[in-house]
Amino acid sequence: MNLSTNSVTVRFGAVAALQNVSFKVASGERRAVIGPNGAGKTTLFDVITGQRRPTSGRVLLDDADVTGFSVWRRARLGLARTFQRSTLFANLTVAENLAIAIRSRLKVGSRIWPSRVEREVGAEVSSRLEMAGLPALRHRLAWRLGHGERRIVEIELALARDPRLLLLDEPMAGLSGAEREAAVTRLRALPEAVTVILVEHDLDVVFAIAQRVSVLDHGVLIADGTPVEIRANRRVQEVYLGGVD
Amino acid sequence: MSRLRRFRLSRWLGQAAFLLFLLTVPAWAPNRFWINVASQALIFAIFAMSLDLLLGYAGMPSFGHAAFYAAGAYAGALWALHLSPDLLPLLSIGLIAGAFLALVGALALRARGIYFLMLTLAFAQVVWSVLSNNQLASVLGGDIGLIGVPRPVLPFAADVNLFRPANFYFLTLTVAAIVYIALAAVVASPFGHTLEGIRENEGRMESLGYPTFRYRLAAFIIAGALAGLAGMLGGSFNFSATPATAFWTTSGLAMIAVIMGGSRSLVGPAAGAIVVVLLQLGLSSLPARGLAERWQLLLGLVFIAVVLFLPGGLYGVLRRRAA
Amino acid sequence: MIFGLMDVLNLAHGSFYMLGAYVGLTVLGVTGNFWLALIAAPVALCVIGALIEVVFFRRIYREGHLMQVLLTFGFTLVFVDLIRWRFGPQTHSLPTPPGLEGAVHILGVTFASYKLFVILFASMVALVLLLAWRRSRVGAILRAGVADREMLGLLGIDLKRVFTGTFAFGAALAGLAGVVVGPYLGVYPGMDESILVLVLVVVVVGGLGSIEGAILGSLLIGLAYAIGPLVLGGFEAASIFAVMAIVLLVRPQGLLGRRQ
Repeated sequence: MNLSTNSVTVRFGAVAALQNVSFKVASGERRAVIGPNGAGKTTLFDVITGQRRPTSGRVLLDDADVTGFSVWRRARLGLARTFQRSTLFANLTVAENLAIAIRSRLKVGSRIWPSRVEREVGAEVSSRLEMAGLPALRHRLAWRLGHGERRIVEIELALARDPRLLLLDEPMAGLSGAEREAAVTRLRALPEAVTVILVEHDLDVVFAIAQRVSVLDHGVLIADGTPVEIRANRRVQEVYLGGVD
Repeated sequence: MSRLRRFRLSRWLGQAAFLLFLLTVPAWAPNRFWINVASQALIFAIFAMSLDLLLGYAGMPSFGHAAFYAAGAYAGALWALHLSPDLLPLLSIGLIAGAFLALVGALALRARGIYFLMLTLAFAQVVWSVLSNNQLASVLGGDIGLIGVPRPVLPFAADVNLFRPANFYFLTLTVAAIVYIALAAVVASPFGHTLEGIRENEGRMESLGYPTFRYRLAAFIIAGALAGLAGMLGGSFNFSATPATAFWTTSGLAMIAVIMGGSRSLVGPAAGAIVVVLLQLGLSSLPARGLAERWQLLLGLVFIAVVLFLPGGLYGVLRRRAA
Repeated sequence: MIFGLMDVLNLAHGSFYMLGAYVGLTVLGVTGNFWLALIAAPVALCVIGALIEVVFFRRIYREGHLMQVLLTFGFTLVFVDLIRWRFGPQTHSLPTPPGLEGAVHILGVTFASYKLFVILFASMVALVLLLAWRRSRVGAILRAGVADREMLGLLGIDLKRVFTGTFAFGAALAGLAGVVVGPYLGVYPGMDESILVLVLVVVVVGGLGSIEGAILGSLLIGLAYAIGPLVLGGFEAASIFAVMAIVLLVRPQGLLGRRQ
């Protein structure tokens, strides 16, 4: 799925969280969005997913204008997202969390009698837990998970939808070194057709996964290029990396 | 056997034993008064279970649920008084009245949380105010309501007299059991799990592609229909339909029953409903005259005690033991 | 304030109003002085409110709204029955204080002097609260707490004391209202129920956590209650709820509430 935003501006009163951001990501691309805190990265995600209506500008998914579409409609088109702060279903088990995501993909969420498809869902939950390395946590209530485990389940929830466009908002935040490596491996193993946009502060992760990098500062897109180009970009260095590398 | 499995097995056995117990009530109840109490408790249990679908599973506490009960009571009463007392149409009318009123009240679904709670309260009060309005008394009976409602007549067994407490009791028991089984199936279904997801984090559900409004509407209508069914039975039982049933405090009492019994479990609210009915009656008929007069005080103290010592409700205690 | 700041659904708030009225009744019976009663009621309720918050509410904050409903519902039953036990189910009247009986004529319209007093007194209280809310340090703390409770705790402010204080103050105000209203509405055991619904409606219409909202809401609802039946021909309850429904449908967070 390809994505483009056309001159998206988001204003909160006098403050412009995003200014005229025109952002294009090709199908299958791995893009990272970096920038200092408050640059508008999460707001950009909110506009793409539909959580926030832009004050002006348009959002296109696969060249179709989705600016007026609700959050769930865009998700149905193949969009999936993780959040900066883990948003799991606290009082449900890890297995149930994943099952909800899987059912949405299989479009069986509305079946009102206990359904045979539940067995398939259960089997898929097991295999996904294996792949994520968390089979022991199957019956653990989500609020009982440790921070790192929560982030991993958060990513798995998004992946369970087999998305065509995956938005990851600081997925590695709070993960230990080993957990990070495992997550990076998981992301790199995603099918090529999946477009991935990643907001990250950990530049090692960015350089390991991204093919292109976009830089936001104070709501403005100030640079766009390959990781190497961005690293060498003077303006980016001043704004973000804090001086010459 | 794992603790969870033991819990589930003991749950099954418990439910079976309870059902047997309920079946034999007319045999050992001291007199007709207590059989009637049992019927009343079961009707309230149906009402509480329907509220649990909305409150415990979908996460939408509502003070307007009693309006659907009243809708069922009035629709059933009007039908029985003017058309026919046949059972099956009456039961259907109860369901339809509840569902229809829920559709009308669905405007409240635009709001969430406390605002939804208040809109449903408003809805219930408007319904109450319309029902008790004396200008409409010729149709709806005004303050007093509709009286002289006949008991239903069974299909294929018209000679069974449902005016006898024991017979009516078995009718309510049958309906209650069917409602319980149906609701149990619904909450175990994908739909039920989706509702729980919406309860836990509606925003996340939307990001996962669920049109949450439709689900909330469906839950609202199903719960409303079942409340209407309870209302129809209640009207039959009391031979009358009164506006007071729509007042928000009736929903409040049902909520208490659900909370005390333990929301999110169906069994809990049913048990809670029975406990509340018994408490109200039991406390007000205590042998010690002075204590009996103070039944409200005692009931209040019971509620406070439950909150302090059993925060998950009665059922919550069992659940925690298993966790 | 209690709901907006502490996120507590207190169904017993009507009971505080009722208790205040009865405290006033007792003090008046003993001393014969209305003004003493006017002071005694809020003081008594402040103490009662603080006790209830510390002993009961503190334990159940984390259990959520449903437990609060159960707890406060229990309290309403307890309080109303205690009152009925001690004072009987009949309506008592709080005699109008000397100097405020009779009527005044303003611009050709006759007002009961006491009702005029109530209007002035309530306006004064509202003004004081508004000033305190907007200009004082305590008001700033409370407003901050409504906006972001966690942040308030992180700023080193003792949340426990803020909560107890807010709850006690809210109870005191309710008690004050009970006494003020006594002379013309009477004092009876069911008064808690009749005020509670009105209060909940006002708070929701005005927006939670906003004093201005509560003031605006009460004016709006008060007018609806008075004028509505004249327009609709008798559906008093319906007119208030219709107003509330309209406001919430247009502005789901209340008139001056914050978008959640």
